[in-house]
Formats: sequence, structure tokens, C-alpha cells
Amino acid sequence: MIELSLADIGRALASREISSVELTGIYLDRIARLNPQLNAFITVDPERSLAQARAADDRLARGETRALTGIPIAHKDIFCARDWLTTCGSKMLSNFVSPYDATVIGRFRQDGAVLLGKTNMDEFAMGSSTETSFYGPTANPWALDRVPGGSSGGSAAAVAARLAPAATGTDTGGSIRQPAALCNLSGMKPTYGVISRYGMIAFASSLDQAGPLARSAADCALLLNCMAGFDERDSTSLDRPGEDFARELTAAAGSRPLAGLRIGLPQQFFGEGCSAEVMQLVDAAIAEYRQLGAETVPVGLPSMDLSVAAYYVIAPAEASSNLARFDGVRYGYRAPAYADLTDMYCKSRAQGFGAEVKRRILIGTYVLSHGYYDAYYLQAQRIRRLIANDFAEAFRQCDVILGPTSPSTAFRLGEKAADPVQMYLSDIYTIAVNLAGLPAISIPCGFAGGLPAGLQLIGNYFREARLLNIAHRYQQVTDWHRQRPAGHA
Amino acid sequence: MAPVRGCGGKNFYDTLYGSLVYHLSDFVTMSLTLEQVHRIAHLARIEVDEVEARRTLGQLNGIFGLIETMQAVDTQGVEPMAHAQDLAQRLRPDCVTEDDQVAWRAAFQAIAPEAEAGLYLVPRVIE
Repeated sequence: MIELSLADIGRALASREISSVELTGIYLDRIARLNPQLNAFITVDPERSLAQARAADDRLARGETRALTGIPIAHKDIFCARDWLTTCGSKMLSNFVSPYDATVIGRFRQDGAVLLGKTNMDEFAMGSSTETSFYGPTANPWALDRVPGGSSGGSAAAVAARLAPAATGTDTGGSIRQPAALCNLSGMKPTYGVISRYGMIAFASSLDQAGPLARSAADCALLLNCMAGFDERDSTSLDRPGEDFARELTAAAGSRPLAGLRIGLPQQFFGEGCSAEVMQLVDAAIAEYRQLGAETVPVGLPSMDLSVAAYYVIAPAEASSNLARFDGVRYGYRAPAYADLTDMYCKSRAQGFGAEVKRRILIGTYVLSHGYYDAYYLQAQRIRRLIANDFAEAFRQCDVILGPTSPSTAFRLGEKAADPVQMYLSDIYTIAVNLAGLPAISIPCGFAGGLPAGLQLIGNYFREARLLNIAHRYQQVTDWHRQRPAGHA
Repeated sequence: MAPVRGCGGKNFYDTLYGSLVYHLSDFVTMSLTLEQVHRIAHLARIEVDEVEARRTLGQLNGIFGLIETMQAVDTQGVEPMAHAQDLAQRLRPDCVTEDDQVAWRAAFQAIAPEAEAGLYLVPRVIE
């Protein structure tokens, strides 16, 4: 059962082969047994999940079934869920029981999916390893002494170890795609604005976007169908006609289903900086795509090398503003002792935030401060434009851009924790996509030294369905994505 | 003062801006000082002690070393991009949308560190 696709699980539930209560019980049992060594979940609440599963079973009995009805889904602890502890991986919110649902959570509820638990993450999604969590690091199921990536590392580890059929994540600079790559999953960041950010705790509002983490592109499509849609409560939500993101997957195809597809290979993705072993796997994937009928064209993204620098101005600037709301007044942590109001703010924030979050708030405060705004913030926004223009130019020559997701396989716990710059550079291939606001997916493309590597496919705006199909066709002729880590029986 | 780059048909402000970027970049490539770290921390309302400030200083200077690579790029005339989609801010009618406001207020205040009679309590500000 735990290897079935979401569509097959849905069929098993609809035909009453298994009940949602039984299915949810299987996963809750796995979490109880296997989570202690992974630390993938921050909160599990079996009674609450089983109550939802019972309601889903009633719904299934009445025949009111939607694609995800009765299927347990794990959610990154950045999504507010009514009556659930919602911590964002921070001591600041370690006592925050949300009074309301994020739109994403609400949409899963409407479809009758079961909330299986809240997953671990880098504090306020700031990190690439899930090591900055107040609740301790998450281990990678493929090697327990290695990181699962981040910031959605808990969601990735949970799905990889089959503690959940699928999960949600958020991606501000690679936080869905990089953990997907490091844990052998398929993970998609849609076009900015496709999924509502309402109730998703804000890090960098012009970059944050939710998305699915799952075992296949086809599963991602079903999750996206549930998650995407206009929301008047998010001022940047895009009002577009609804679409079925799985619509291209079922089309009949011959031996060359991608004939005519032009895949752009930017030299910036294939230079130094990527480990040879990952590059070899990416090259093999390119050969596979040629077999499927695609042709490759060289493209250039000349400003991409500047994306990390621009990102570490823009994201901290927005974060310093967003995180100003954590003041110990209306919710969250308040220091036990203080002299006056300012001292209460300063101590609550000093005690409530971890080191990486403080660092980024300080960077943001500095780059926005008087005298530095133009040199840093405006310059970063101008470079952001150059990067977006690069992609626009590249998409005149190709339909999709391909490259590695991450320059290496999973690194060791603690390996980069002491050096923020090294950690930041692990997102070198993913950040430009957020700056431009484009959709991208990471899919498994093989193993090096027993550790998975990810292939990144970047599409033009609103080409999610096409991207999912391109990923799906690869998954029909390869079985990397079906590989499962040993030792989590 | 750094040289002003050629205006090449750009307007006065672009020319001025070009010189400003040059000027500031000369200035900001200097490392942060401990005093600046304390000042930023105060602006951000985060208490830092001496030990933390020193450690933070080294890390921030490392990060700014990375950020500085931006300064070498000529972005004169490039429109700053604040957002992925060029959209106008959507407006909504200025009216209450939640039903049962009393219950919602109670729910939100139940999770406050200190609340009383529908108000959030903080240390006295005005004597």
C-alpha cells in the first residue's frame, strides 16, 4: 500500500479496498516507529487525524469522492492549521496554536484529505538543511548522518521514508526542489501566484511559493490540482481559469513522446561548481530525453551567477520586514523578564529567534537602512530584472530549461552549519527561478555513492502542466523515482 | 568621488543614480564595524551581547563579501524588479468580511501572551 501512487490509493479508497482510517493508521504507526530516528515531524496528533479519516470514510461511503479524499498528507509546519500547533520550526512560535487554516490547508480539508502531521523545517524556512529548526535537525532517510536538504526537509524525509504518501512544502530559494533532490523525490515550485500564500507564514513575500513533494510527477499533478487556485485573501494570488495539471499525463504517446521538444541547456548550469558525479547523472538524463525525442539547444543565463548575491539582499530585506510582526505582544513567545516595552521586544526576539534567523534579519535591516538602500536593495532588484530577462530570452529558443537541482548530493549534518556562505551556495541552481517567479520541478535522476541526485526542469510562466508531463515521460522510462531507502521497513 | 558613467541618452536621474551606485559601492565594500552591528541589532529590536556581536560581525562580513559581487555590474537604466508578476495591487471593498467577530477576537486573544478585556497588554509606555 505504501508504494502505491496517489491515484491508485484513491482508487483503493473509492472501491473500499481499504478505509481511510486503516490507511491513516498505517502511516501513524510508521511515524510512531520510524520518526524517532528521522525527526521528520514536529507535531503528530493521531486522534485528530483519525477523526478526519472517519469523516473521509463517511464521505467515501456517500460517494462524494474527490481525488485526495481519505488520503493522509503531511504539511510543512509553515502552514497554519486550525487548532494545530504551528511553529515554523521556531521557539518564537513554539506555543502558537493557530486559530485559523491557511488556504492550502483549507483546500486539502475541502477535498477530504487527512492532515497527517506537521513536518520539521529550517526555522522560518531559512536554511538548506533543516538544521536550523528549534526542534532539532531532520535526518536524511538515505543516510542518517546526512541532511535531507531544506528548508522543507521534514516533508521530504517523511515522504522518502514512506511516513506519508505525499507532503506540502514551500520554496523561497529552492526549499522544495533541493530537499526533493537530496531525498529522491519529485518536488515542484509552481509559478509565483498560482498557490495562495494566505496562512503560510511569510519569509520573503515576493519569492515564497508553496508546492507539492511526492514520489512522482503524476502525484505532484494531483496535489497541485488541490493546492492551486485564486484566493482573494492573498493580494498576489493570480485570478486565472482553473486547470487540470494532470491533463497531459494520460495522453497516448509512442516511443518518442517528446518529439519536437526543445530543451535548453544553459552553460551556467554545466560549468564548475557542480560535482562530477551529479553532472554525470544529469548528462545521462539528457541522453534519455534525446531518446524520448527531445532535442537540446545551448542557451545562456549570463546573469545567473549573480542570483545568490541578489537573493541574499532581497530575501533578508523582505524577511526583516515580515518578521517584525513577532514582537511578543499578540501571539508567540514573550521573554519572561524585561525592563520596558523596547526591552520586551529586544529580549523576546533575542530569545525567540535562532542564530540564522537573526543573521538574516540583521542583513535585511542593514540593506534597507538609510544610506545603503540604493547600493544594495535597488541594485539587487535591478539584477533580479536582468535574471528574469535572461530567462525570457532563453525561452525564445527553448521550451524548457534543464540542469542539476543541487550541486552535490546530501552533505553531512553539521558540515556547512558553521559557514553560512557555503550553505547559501548550495542553492546556486534554484534561486534564480524564484527571483524570476518561474515554475520548476526537481525529479530523481540517479545515485552517486548511494545518495540520490536531482534533475531540475524549469518552464516558462504557467507551464506547470507541460513541465509535469516532461517529468512524467522521463519517469515512465526510468525507475530512479521508485527507489526507496533501506532500513525504514 | 567616483566618475560618472556616460549618460548615453539616459535621463538625468539615471546618470545621477549611476554615480551614486559607484560612490556607495566604494563606501560599502568596507567591512562592517562592531558598532554598526549593535546599531542594526537595535534597529531590528534584537538584543545582542558583546560575544554574539563579535561572532555576528565575522559572519555578516562573510555574507557581504558574497553580496558585494553585485556591485561590479552596470545596471544603469535597468528597471528594478520588485515582483515576479507585473500586476497592480488588487483592491477590495473596505468592509468587514468575517462573521462572528466577537468569537474570532476571543480566539485570537486566547493565544496572546497577555490580554485583558479585549486588549493586548504591554509594559506601560505613557506615565
